[in-house]
Amino acid sequence: MADNPKNLRYTKDHEWARRDGAGVVVGVTSHAQEALGDVVYVELPKVGDTMTAGSPFGVVESTKAVSELFAPISGKVTKVNSALTDEPAKINSDPYGAGWIVEVQPSDPSQLDGLMDADGYNDLLAKTAT
Amino acid sequence: MVDFAGWDMPVQYAGVVAEHEAVRTAAGMFDVSHMGEIEFRGEGALESANALITNDLGKAADGQAVYAGLLNHQGGFVDDVVAYRFSPEHVLICVNASNREKDFAWMTENTPRVQPVNRSDDFAQLAIQGPKAASMVQTLTDLPLESIATYRFREGAVAGVPCIVSRTGYTGEDGFELYCPPDRAERLWNALLEAGQAAGLVPAGLGARDTLRTEMKYALYGNDIDDAHTPLEAGLGWIVKWDKGEFVGRPALAEQKAAGVKRKLVGFEMREPGIPRHGYPLGKDGQPVGEVTSGTQGPTVKKAIGIGYVPTALASEGTPLEVDIRGRPVRAQVVKTPFKR
Repeated sequence: MADNPKNLRYTKDHEWARRDGAGVVVGVTSHAQEALGDVVYVELPKVGDTMTAGSPFGVVESTKAVSELFAPISGKVTKVNSALTDEPAKINSDPYGAGWIVEVQPSDPSQLDGLMDADGYNDLLAKTAT
Repeated sequence: MVDFAGWDMPVQYAGVVAEHEAVRTAAGMFDVSHMGEIEFRGEGALESANALITNDLGKAADGQAVYAGLLNHQGGFVDDVVAYRFSPEHVLICVNASNREKDFAWMTENTPRVQPVNRSDDFAQLAIQGPKAASMVQTLTDLPLESIATYRFREGAVAGVPCIVSRTGYTGEDGFELYCPPDRAERLWNALLEAGQAAGLVPAGLGARDTLRTEMKYALYGNDIDDAHTPLEAGLGWIVKWDKGEFVGRPALAEQKAAGVKRKLVGFEMREPGIPRHGYPLGKDGQPVGEVTSGTQGPTVKKAIGIGYVPTALASEGTPLEVDIRGRPVRAQVVKTPFKR
């Protein structure tokens, strides 16, 4: 199983969130990119868009499938990783680094505490694998 | 693994794009044992099979295969098939997995004479496809493969396994489809992999099979063609041989031809970011005009490409269209196909 970093928070929809100063960086997990296969297209929100925890905020597409991205927390989008437009495969090669998707100004930073830690997420993956 | 017409099939091994590129530059191997095989044997076998399909086995040589439509009485596709002429007394028809039972019932009901036999469980099938496929297979067989032209086949041993060696495929590359006894398929698979690995042969799954055939605009039954669409609408007029005499569906097709085909299956490229997918609406100036039947990001052409039916007036090259991608109209344009040249 992929190494899921300890300093991140995770959702059951296989997104991750990382506190970065006042903002929160969001991406998809290694498990998600593996399940998707080669990512060939990413539909990103715009800076200034609001996103709501649990609701779709973008789309990733692989050669085969279309998958929605679900917001781990609510807030306003402050940055988008526009490098993904030309190189969507960064989500496959570096899901926790260069493959980050958006940065959000959270409306309620305590929402992060409600998400799973790495151990909780690893348990979830172990359960769904069987 | 996914369930495909009741078969557990790998969507990918190493990854769709890597497998796709291997097939275009070296070779890939697909386990397509799910395909069905229906046989006509005995006196009148050829005439019987020929009366069921649009292409003409009568003009084919022994050892030649033809791509054809198996049509209903309305001229729509019951299935698209490859018919192998062994001799006038022996024809084998390769059909789509999901249509095996339906095709067999249809053939049984409509054959003028010889009753078909469903031999689907007697054959496994491996497709080895790519510019290096022939040289890889040649190391395992005494058959002179250079003597087997495209859409020709011979019988012989490959890696000691008795096979129908057919120079056909679904990728747009040179290669072979090998039909063999199911209990020998694993041996054949392993022998081919071993023989080809050093030259770049990789196992390939359904995902790559789909992107490869989409770049060629090869129809996928259930997506691009079905009971409600005819070969004339699907741009497959070339598989309809009008000079062969009667075949099931001919009267309806002739009527459609005389009246003019109202919709056509076209290929298009996206002119703005977005990927067309099966079922997305196609529009023209805000009006719905059709539907996407297949679409993907083409790994070789490096473009978002799609296939779909539009009214004949909008089918010519260069026509601007819109694809409704999740509620957003995205610009596209009809292009010449195959997408991959």
